[in-house]
Amino acid sequence: MSFVADPINFIADWLSKLLLGWGLPPDLVMVLLFIIGSGLLATVAMLWVTILIWYERKIIGRIQDRFGPNRVGPYGLFQSIADMIKIFTKEHISPDGVDWFPFTIAPIIAVGAVLAVWAVIPFSANFVGTNLSVGILFILAIGGIGEFGIVFGGWGSNNKYALLSAFRAVAQLISYETPYVICFLIPVMLSGSMNLNDIVKAQDPWFIFLAPLGALIFFITSIAEVGRTPFDLAEAESELVAGFNIEYSGLKFGMFYVGDFLHSFTISLLFAALFLGGWKGPWAEQIPVLGFVYFFIKSSAAYFLVILLRASMPRFRIDQMMDFTWKVLTPLSLTVVSMTALVDKLLPANLIWVRIGGLILLNIIIFIATDRLLDIYWKKPLFQKNNQVEDASKASSVKLGAG
Amino acid sequence: MFNDWIYIAIFIVISLFLPAAAIMMAYFLSPHKPNAIKNTIYECGVETVGDTWVQFKVQYYIFGLIFLIFDVESIFLYPWAVAYQIMSIYGVLEAIAFILILVGGLMYAWRKGALQWI
Repeated sequence: MSFVADPINFIADWLSKLLLGWGLPPDLVMVLLFIIGSGLLATVAMLWVTILIWYERKIIGRIQDRFGPNRVGPYGLFQSIADMIKIFTKEHISPDGVDWFPFTIAPIIAVGAVLAVWAVIPFSANFVGTNLSVGILFILAIGGIGEFGIVFGGWGSNNKYALLSAFRAVAQLISYETPYVICFLIPVMLSGSMNLNDIVKAQDPWFIFLAPLGALIFFITSIAEVGRTPFDLAEAESELVAGFNIEYSGLKFGMFYVGDFLHSFTISLLFAALFLGGWKGPWAEQIPVLGFVYFFIKSSAAYFLVILLRASMPRFRIDQMMDFTWKVLTPLSLTVVSMTALVDKLLPANLIWVRIGGLILLNIIIFIATDRLLDIYWKKPLFQKNNQVEDASKASSVKLGAG
Repeated sequence: MFNDWIYIAIFIVISLFLPAAAIMMAYFLSPHKPNAIKNTIYECGVETVGDTWVQFKVQYYIFGLIFLIFDVESIFLYPWAVAYQIMSIYGVLEAIAFILILVGGLMYAWRKGALQWI
């Protein structure tokens, strides 16, 4: 492999030969390379968040008909660095009576749990942190530990509002975990393995064409898992005064913020890897760097969708959110999984276009059926039509017209 | 295969260590001037009333129970999904029967009012 086609493995190879040449035992060389590789990956992930924050602020600004930050550096690129420097030098206020252990460890867990998911994501054909055979289960398990960060934060601040907000946030997160875990089944089913690199390699038609409704449910539930608008009850900035983050200041709050953006990008990475074909593209196997570029483009497109949703939708009420997940998304995801399994077994696998067409038709049928059912059975009045209010306004308008 | 898990262990340690190191660094770079007003707990600008660790609604607990059941169900479905490509239609029908039993449980919880937020 040459340096241009596959730089990371080239450097790793060169480094391991160098260390072996110095006489170190091969096990120690492997552990040293792991430490260097994982340290670099984690640092790149944390530094990448500054670009993500800039990207989001620019796009939200444009959607709201204004420029984003554009003073500090060309196109405002250094704004995030300026914000980082500011937040590093703010005081860490520790209020009276906090439980210091949960209070301190909450931001660390919130970021650490998301960062650990980057270990199993395949960035190109042969650059993956570790090729775990149970990658999907690892992602679900470690992703679930992120909820501990919220509970520790809410419990450790000696504050009723933080505690209540932490409860609501955890209720939301575990409720949306149910269809999330079920929707992970679809790529596992269609590719026959829980290894993320195998799932990417098995995507001859991308899985979004074989299970579009499953991809949609995965997208919605993963945005709810992150806790972004429209599902951001946990840190509703105008309602709960930042929720479980109330008593945090300085870099501890900065870490929660970083964890939020890192989690959003991680779910767009997962969406691209599971449903959009990961690093697949023309010549991606021969030139692995191209695979990296394709993956980057696909996950940026998914992240752009996440930002668009944030900028354009109002927030859900908590009971609307709970109803949506337990009464609509969970039965729907179970239906999609079982029907996809049934139809995929019945259709002939060798005629590719018949298979794609049949599965897309199935998803369209399920979607239309759900739409009709929701129309018939889900009529909740948005607000009560109050006859007194109508009469009063008619009376006042008549007065204005006469006068 | 053991190498995979060593990498995971190293990665988890590093991913916990990086934010901790950043917070430590910021602890040295930031001022420390606590005073009585700054350290009070926030409650909309007034003094806090009563103990903080209040009793919570039982509905949270019920959602936790229902989540537990469906989470365990999904974990049981993972080995089935991995073996999906090499099983016959009979295996798929068995899994659909399993899912239908649990959907029955969801319907029961729904009708009993366990899924209401209030």
